[in-house]
Amino acid sequence: MDRFRMIFQYFQSNSESVMNGICGLLALASVKMYTSFDFSCPCLPQYNVAYGLGIMFIPPIILFLCGLILNRQSLVMLEEWRRPAGRRKKDLAVIRYMCSSIMQRAMVAPIVWIVVTLLDGKCLICAFSGSVDPEKLVGFANVSTVQVQQLLAKVPCKDDELMKNNTSHKAVSRYLRCWSQALGWSILLILIIAAFLARWLRPCFTQATLLQARHWSNYIDIEQKIFEETCCEHSRLFAHKCILHFFESMQQEIKLHSFSLPREGEEDEGEEDLLRGITDQDQVNKLLKMWYYEKPPLDVSQAHQR
Amino acid sequence: MDKFRMIFQFFQSNQESFMNGICGIMALASTQMYSAFDFNCPCLPHYNLAYGLGILLVPPFILFLLGFVLNNNISMLAEEWRRPQGQRGKDPSVLRYMFCSMAQRAMIAPAVWVSVTLLDGKCITCAFCTSVPVETLGNASHSRLSQGEIQRILARIPCKEIYNGQQLIANEVAVRYLRCISQALGWCFVLLMTTLAFLVRSLRPCFSQAAFLKSRYWSHYIDIERKLFDETCAEHARSFAKVCIQQFFEGMSTDLVAARCHLPRKAPANAGEAAEKLLGITDQGTMNRALKSWHRCKPPLHLHPPALPTGNGWVGEGQPPTHPSVPRRETAAYYSWV
Repeated sequence: MDRFRMIFQYFQSNSESVMNGICGLLALASVKMYTSFDFSCPCLPQYNVAYGLGIMFIPPIILFLCGLILNRQSLVMLEEWRRPAGRRKKDLAVIRYMCSSIMQRAMVAPIVWIVVTLLDGKCLICAFSGSVDPEKLVGFANVSTVQVQQLLAKVPCKDDELMKNNTSHKAVSRYLRCWSQALGWSILLILIIAAFLARWLRPCFTQATLLQARHWSNYIDIEQKIFEETCCEHSRLFAHKCILHFFESMQQEIKLHSFSLPREGEEDEGEEDLLRGITDQDQVNKLLKMWYYEKPPLDVSQAHQR
Repeated sequence: MDKFRMIFQFFQSNQESFMNGICGIMALASTQMYSAFDFNCPCLPHYNLAYGLGILLVPPFILFLLGFVLNNNISMLAEEWRRPQGQRGKDPSVLRYMFCSMAQRAMIAPAVWVSVTLLDGKCITCAFCTSVPVETLGNASHSRLSQGEIQRILARIPCKEIYNGQQLIANEVAVRYLRCISQALGWCFVLLMTTLAFLVRSLRPCFSQAAFLKSRYWSHYIDIERKLFDETCAEHARSFAKVCIQQFFEGMSTDLVAARCHLPRKAPANAGEAAEKLLGITDQGTMNRALKSWHRCKPPLHLHPPALPTGNGWVGEGQPPTHPSVPRRETAAYYSWV
């Protein structure tokens, strides 16, 4: 239990860790989305390319935008960018640092989708089966051009009637899948090398400015959180005072209208405090009615001075 | 159990997190509902469109309304909107902020339903199977069927077992075509929604940040004030009830003393708290009478103040003139601690 609480608090306190967590979750979500998505190539000449490339590129755009939306820091960065300078100068290096870290995290899920798509191969087979050179294949010898296009377009649909008798569709599938997987692995390799170089070479060049930028971007984030918490605390105290003031003013009104002598009883003082002089059904009803029809003004300066 | 309680407390403390949690649960519930729903296309020419579009559009509407119903803040918004102005002005930007944030959260589950439905493809296949372009995909000129016959055959596309138009257009070809269109629509819908959300979220800091901070603070304030007022009223009600019941028991025991002409039994000095808590009722008959009296004639909702500790008890209590006359069983209007 303690361990869990510590882990929870650690993640909460460090907003970068939270962002990394969200980034990882989004990457897992993209894999899950791909596996649960029912890919069905239309197997029609013009539609194949649009469908295949659409499935390969539109979900990454969606995942990228989701990565930006879910990242709290993007709002903080935008506010910092658009705020008037006032008495605090704006440091463009900090804004650039925040922007680049947000973009890097948002790019992870789209890249995962593209790589998984390429390694699986269905998209590329669907999109480019019509572009394979038919002369290299055996079963397409005595067929006209239009029919060749149609046959090639049907290659991704294995259980189509025309395809069942044609053995070349396996060759086309294997060929395209080989290209797709090669592309997928190459992209993965290039990206990992780029990330590795960026992480290793960065300290050689700009370590001091990097430390500054990171510190101040962390600071802006924490300042924003604390401001929101302070506003919440303040509004709670404000509401508390406002309500107490309201009860007291009701109590005074009742004292004015009633003819009771001041009570001097020492007993039940604790309870009397809580009752605040309202000891009657009618008084309670009046108080509740007043609360709805005439809410007290948002001004607790008098109550504060008492 | 502790872990669950901590997670619950975390969500509760931050009102917005709590609302986000409900929103996420409803989105999951909508996907679960869709997968549990047994889609049954009627496969008849005019019914297909109605059924397909109905399944596509009616549940999102229900989920949208449910999103509003499950949101606690809807009553707060209605109250703030309808209250008389009184001594506190009304700020329309606060009302707009509250409404917008509720509407945004309520839109998520319907959007999830529509996207899942479109990406799955069954609804669009059912609704638009009669509009498949037979000329390009099949052999329209081959058959000599009338238009109505063709429509009836095409309407059976989603039901593979009874489909008899294999010469007109192959079932798989039509299903693949319709599903491709449906999935394209689905992804475009998701892209559109995500772009809108992104624009709404990122354009706000560029234009109206100060007004936004103000609206957010005051809408939080209204929420907290309402909760604190409810808590204060509950505290007050508890004290009211406690004093009312105490006075009831005291009144009972005084009555009995007066009726039986017994001297009030002073609790011995070393009796302790237990004797005090007995409130003067110390035998079965008295207790039974107290219980019967509580049921038959509850005391009025009016607490009388305790009399002064000196011997001079003053007659008449400080009753506000607006107190209605309630028939009371106890005739003694005052009592003194002798």
